[in-house]
Amino acid sequence: MKTETHSHQFETPSVIGTILRRLHIDIPLFIGLSLAATLSFIILYSAGSQDMGVLTRQAARIGLAFGFMTVLAHIDPYQFKRYSALLFGIGIVLLAAVLVMGQTALGAQRWLDLGFFRFQPSEMIKITTPMMIAWYLSEHPLPPRPKQLLIATTLILVPTLLIAKQPDLGTAILVASSGAGVLFFAGLSWWYIIGILASLTALTPILWHFMHDYQRARVLTFLNPEADPLGRGYHIIQSKIAIGSGGLYGKGWLGSTQSELDFLPESSTDFIFAVFAEEFGLFGCSGLLALYLLIITRCLYIASQARDTYCRLLAGSLAFTFFVYVFVNIGMVIGVLPVVGVPLPLISYGGTSIVTLLSGFGILMSIHTHKKFLHR
Amino acid sequence: MSSFHSIKDSQLENHLFLNRIMAAFIAIVLLTSGLIVRLIHLQVAGHEHYASLAKDNSIKIYPIIPTRGMIYDRHGNILAENTQSYSLEIIPEKAKDLDDTLLRLQKLLNISDEKIDLFQKQRKRQKWFASTPLLLSMSDEEIAKFAVNRPFFPGVDIKQRLVRHYPYNELAAHVVGYVGRINEAEMKTLSAEEYQGSTHVGKLGIESSYETELHGKTGYAEIETNVQARPLNTLNETDAVQGVNLYLTLDMDLQKTAYDALAPYNGAVVAIDVKTGGVLVFASRPSFDPNPFVAGIANDAYQALQSSEAQPLYNRALRGLYPPGSTLKPFVALAGLEHNTVTPSQRFLCPGYYQLPNVDHKYRCWKKTGHDWVNVNKAITESCDVYFYRLASALGIDDMHNFLQKFGFGEKTGIDLVGEKSGLLPSREWKFEQKKQSWYPGETLITGIGQGSNQVTPLQLARATATLANRGNVVTPFLVDKIVSGTQTRPGPETHKDIIPLKKSNVDTIVSAMVDVVHSERGTAHDLKKDFNYLMAGKTGTAQVLGIKQNAKYNENAIEFKYRDHALFIAFAPADDPKIAVAVIAENGGHGGSVAAPIAAKVIKQYLNDNNEN
Repeated sequence: MKTETHSHQFETPSVIGTILRRLHIDIPLFIGLSLAATLSFIILYSAGSQDMGVLTRQAARIGLAFGFMTVLAHIDPYQFKRYSALLFGIGIVLLAAVLVMGQTALGAQRWLDLGFFRFQPSEMIKITTPMMIAWYLSEHPLPPRPKQLLIATTLILVPTLLIAKQPDLGTAILVASSGAGVLFFAGLSWWYIIGILASLTALTPILWHFMHDYQRARVLTFLNPEADPLGRGYHIIQSKIAIGSGGLYGKGWLGSTQSELDFLPESSTDFIFAVFAEEFGLFGCSGLLALYLLIITRCLYIASQARDTYCRLLAGSLAFTFFVYVFVNIGMVIGVLPVVGVPLPLISYGGTSIVTLLSGFGILMSIHTHKKFLHR
Repeated sequence: MSSFHSIKDSQLENHLFLNRIMAAFIAIVLLTSGLIVRLIHLQVAGHEHYASLAKDNSIKIYPIIPTRGMIYDRHGNILAENTQSYSLEIIPEKAKDLDDTLLRLQKLLNISDEKIDLFQKQRKRQKWFASTPLLLSMSDEEIAKFAVNRPFFPGVDIKQRLVRHYPYNELAAHVVGYVGRINEAEMKTLSAEEYQGSTHVGKLGIESSYETELHGKTGYAEIETNVQARPLNTLNETDAVQGVNLYLTLDMDLQKTAYDALAPYNGAVVAIDVKTGGVLVFASRPSFDPNPFVAGIANDAYQALQSSEAQPLYNRALRGLYPPGSTLKPFVALAGLEHNTVTPSQRFLCPGYYQLPNVDHKYRCWKKTGHDWVNVNKAITESCDVYFYRLASALGIDDMHNFLQKFGFGEKTGIDLVGEKSGLLPSREWKFEQKKQSWYPGETLITGIGQGSNQVTPLQLARATATLANRGNVVTPFLVDKIVSGTQTRPGPETHKDIIPLKKSNVDTIVSAMVDVVHSERGTAHDLKKDFNYLMAGKTGTAQVLGIKQNAKYNENAIEFKYRDHALFIAFAPADDPKIAVAVIAENGGHGGSVAAPIAAKVIKQYLNDNNEN
């Protein structure tokens, strides 16, 4: 029953360890995720003005998300591979449906009202896109040829553009990078990578043309927040004040004055990192980044040990996307990237995104704990 | 192709993948280090700076409200200005218990629930520490009452605010429009940043059409405050960009003459500078005083205006739809000449009626005894209907429609005011689309004398007249002459230039006939007192009334009056070198020659006199 490396590290036959292994839970990953979730409660209590209701709702979501993770960890990766194309196709159809008849939440069409609950197809597509690309590329020898590259790129662009049109730039970026991650791990030539990065830079003016006014405003604000301190620049200015005033050691838990006095908008959601930085300082931030780095490293390790091409590509991409999450959110809060709606993974309040996120980790665990069953 | 490839490939793949994992790991570590470097920059290097901003002191950003631009007429008379007034304002952050404060204020000053609602809505849009007005333009009594009780209302204060004022009251209300409190629907569409601190927005007329320019750009001050929100010092300030001043082409003296001359009738007068298209007079009667709308008009006063039979809120000059009646005839005649359907000397017999072949119905001339033999000059001078029945019939609806369209009938003039109506110039296509019926020959006849489905706005009629006076150089009316900001003066809207190709002799024929309307013994307007020394060209019109469309609330005993014809008159002068074109519509005025023509003559005379002296 024992598999190679990780079983040696966790030899001690603790009861919990045994149960977790039975449940196909990867213990290091589980510890990392639990730590992050605990941090989420701690910081939310402060950022959410000590509102227990906020914590209860977050607890319910995290509980649900861990449930999803456990279920997915149980499923053999072969099943994921088998249904990749189907799930991806369903996701695309639902996305198109949202555009046609979706509910408008916050001025953007993202929800699909299924009567008994509201469902956000763009969440599902965050996982099914890398699944689809990994499946497609794993059916061909690697590195991919130009023809496969072209098809894979198209497969990535379709959901990305559908989501960007909702408009939800943050999710579109995440979906695009999950697909791009697969291509990268599939061994896409460095020349291609340089070429794509260069042409993206060159395409910026054209992209500008297709942007919504509010998206343009965000980019302009990012370039010069002081130009619009009343409106959009306000976030960034106040966020920087919060972070900077935190200093080396921070003001201590519940010590954030910026969010306390309502200067910092969205302090529980997208800008929660600013509250964290204000209360726990540079040391706290470094600790949080280290935790993220450990989780990502574990994921990359899982990818390196995966049993076949599909699993490798998918695991690598999920690890990479998780990093993009962290980088885009923190980058925007500390003012090095434009403001796009991406939450701080595992920490930010609300959204169904935490369910998707932990579903991804569930898949990673499944990949890691099902290595020896071969279905070919 | 399948997934079975050789072991060598597989090893190669393995190697490649592990390389990529390493590359990704290195990139991730590098990027994370980048984040940490930035954090060090903020939290170590910038710590002191940011800490001082955040610790005891906090930055608050106060909007600096731009002053709304003024509106002047062409001579610099003020049409809209900003006057000082006192308002009762609340800073929610400083008020101990806002609901209780409001309740007590309501009792003290007898404030309506409406105003409380409005305040609540506006407050929610603004920052907690921003001052929000509850009462505008306070009376002396209200000021005194509050001043005595002030200690009991922390966070409430009397402030000076600039309030919009319209010195001409009702005289140009429809053109200048008014500003009013920003309502809920507008809150959603207006930029929250730009309107931080602004309480009013243009609702009608120029105030609305030029809202962006008049409003200016909101500035802001970053002010350091202590915990009690007391301002300590200003860190950074960006001035507001004041709203621009607008100079209209309107001549208020002339406007007053026209508006007064129109009394006792309802109706509209529009006068246009033929050379430029600048609108000199834009009068709609009856009118209303825009000033109460600024502070928020009381509900019953508004209801009274709304439900008044005379529709004072309705801009007749811009939106009133009237049959043009005989004022259309010069244009129809010109169409006939240009299409060679008739020659200037060609004559038709008018026995007092006209019949289409094989149809019993008699289309009657207004003169039952008939006009005998009629050429184009006599047809216009004496306004013979039969001549135009015959001409329209020979010309056909398509050519007639296409020709009249060039003069702007049935189309918006493009004036810089919102809410313009396009009127209706009937055509085969229109009828088929709207009524799913084919065109009847009889309709061509009544279209030819300006009745039937024809509908024009006074502005359209004035514009067409100006275009005719300008001999086919299309005139586009506009109201804003100059836009003056602190740094520059720029002209108003660009008007598009278009030329209708017309034969000079044909235009001469029409113009001399229109001169005869006024100056010849036979002319329909010859009763006009000719106390001027230039030639005036004109055309009378009497339009059978269908009632202006929106005017559905006439009561029973007013019906008689309602069915009296509208009196119309179009004119331009001097006939040989036109400077001004006028259209007058006096609702239920009866005959155009006796009621509408004197109004037009008065406006023209005053304008030409004033401009000769200069």
